[in-house]
Amino acid sequence: MRVRGPLKQMAGNASDHTIPGSTVADLLRELERAHPAVEGWILDERGRIRRHMNVYVNGERSSEATPVAAEDRIDILPAISGG
Amino acid sequence: MTELLVGTKKGLFVLEGEPGEPFEVRARAFAGEPVEYAMRDPATGRLLASMTSPFYGPKVWHTDDASGEWAQAEGMALPEGGDQALERIWVIVAGAGGSLYAGGDPGVLFESRDGGASWELNRALWEHPTRSSWEPGGGGLCLHSIVPWPDDPDRLALGISAAGVWLTEDGGRSWSQGNEGLVARYLPEEQPPEESTSLCVHRLHRAPLRPERMFMQFHGGVYRSDDAGSTWTDIGTGLPSDFGFPLVVDPADPDSAYVVPLSADTDRVTPGGRVVVYETRDAGATWEPRGDGLPQEHAYLTVLRLALDRHGEGSDLELYFGATSGDVFGSADAGASWFSVATHLPPVYSVTAV
Repeated sequence: MRVRGPLKQMAGNASDHTIPGSTVADLLRELERAHPAVEGWILDERGRIRRHMNVYVNGERSSEATPVAAEDRIDILPAISGG
Repeated sequence: MTELLVGTKKGLFVLEGEPGEPFEVRARAFAGEPVEYAMRDPATGRLLASMTSPFYGPKVWHTDDASGEWAQAEGMALPEGGDQALERIWVIVAGAGGSLYAGGDPGVLFESRDGGASWELNRALWEHPTRSSWEPGGGGLCLHSIVPWPDDPDRLALGISAAGVWLTEDGGRSWSQGNEGLVARYLPEEQPPEESTSLCVHRLHRAPLRPERMFMQFHGGVYRSDDAGSTWTDIGTGLPSDFGFPLVVDPADPDSAYVVPLSADTDRVTPGGRVVVYETRDAGATWEPRGDGLPQEHAYLTVLRLALDRHGEGSDLELYFGATSGDVFGSADAGASWFSVATHLPPVYSVTAV
């Protein structure tokens, strides 16, 4: 999993993390467990990915329930776009 | 020297200056991020700010140096696994017993007993049986006014848009409504206000020398209560419009209140292109315009509910307000005359005078 910007700082000042889990939600919860400062920054209290955060699995935009497998690459990006 | 904490759409600005002259920007924090509110804890001098990142959600931060590092407060979240998330923290207020209180959307109250480092949700309000009927106003279901009772930490009044006035006399263990006398023009006449939770309170303040007296800017109506918020009397006659958001009182005068009328809920700008603050010194029987030095031509400003504050009291009363235009104005003489504090700031959400 790769995080950037303030999330990198929250996650022990490391961009890349190898995390076990079978869904996107599993991985995000595991990231929170390893780095409690991340809690509330990607997932809200309901366990949902915040509205303006995007999670990509191997380049495909994904949801909390998206399955993940070993070697999958997860990118967490704020949804900065034009308009 | 007066310090102003100005929450804006693009960060927190700490202004400093002598009343009567333009202020200097002493510090800016959270550049680019919306800062709803900031305050300085009178007990510790610590600064607290609420910031809602559009990406990472609402957080409260604290620091002893606005230009230095800010630390994230803990516990500012709703219970996990529910069907609601914290949307925003609107306001932070020092209580009578050393606690700090924070109010937010969706109509939630938090309390901190360690100077803002950690927070705990008020469960009695969160689990109130009427909550399922609470409806949000245009700005969300915002708990924006927290009104302590001087020297009695058990008594507190809350203003929630659009869920009305809530009162506790047992330190927040139980809550009751205080809406009798309010008239909501947007509700059917058959619906008595004391039985409704759809009441759009815009701002509440208490007269500290006579704490059973409170003033309210409502969504159409300015009101006074002389029984600690149980019942309310309309005092809006004499204003050019009884719609508006902010309100302050002079702590030295229980008969005083200041409001900034806007044209109407359908046209939320200063009426007639003139910026005028209105003052009462007879508990709302009459209102006097206070616009000397404020823009009086082609000035269509919007002043939000937390963007008016005061510093000092009585003959030393200073008033400050900001607009979504990015202008901040001040008065060093209780509203008799006004000066420009700052121009060209981002849209102003809140002003706190320290």
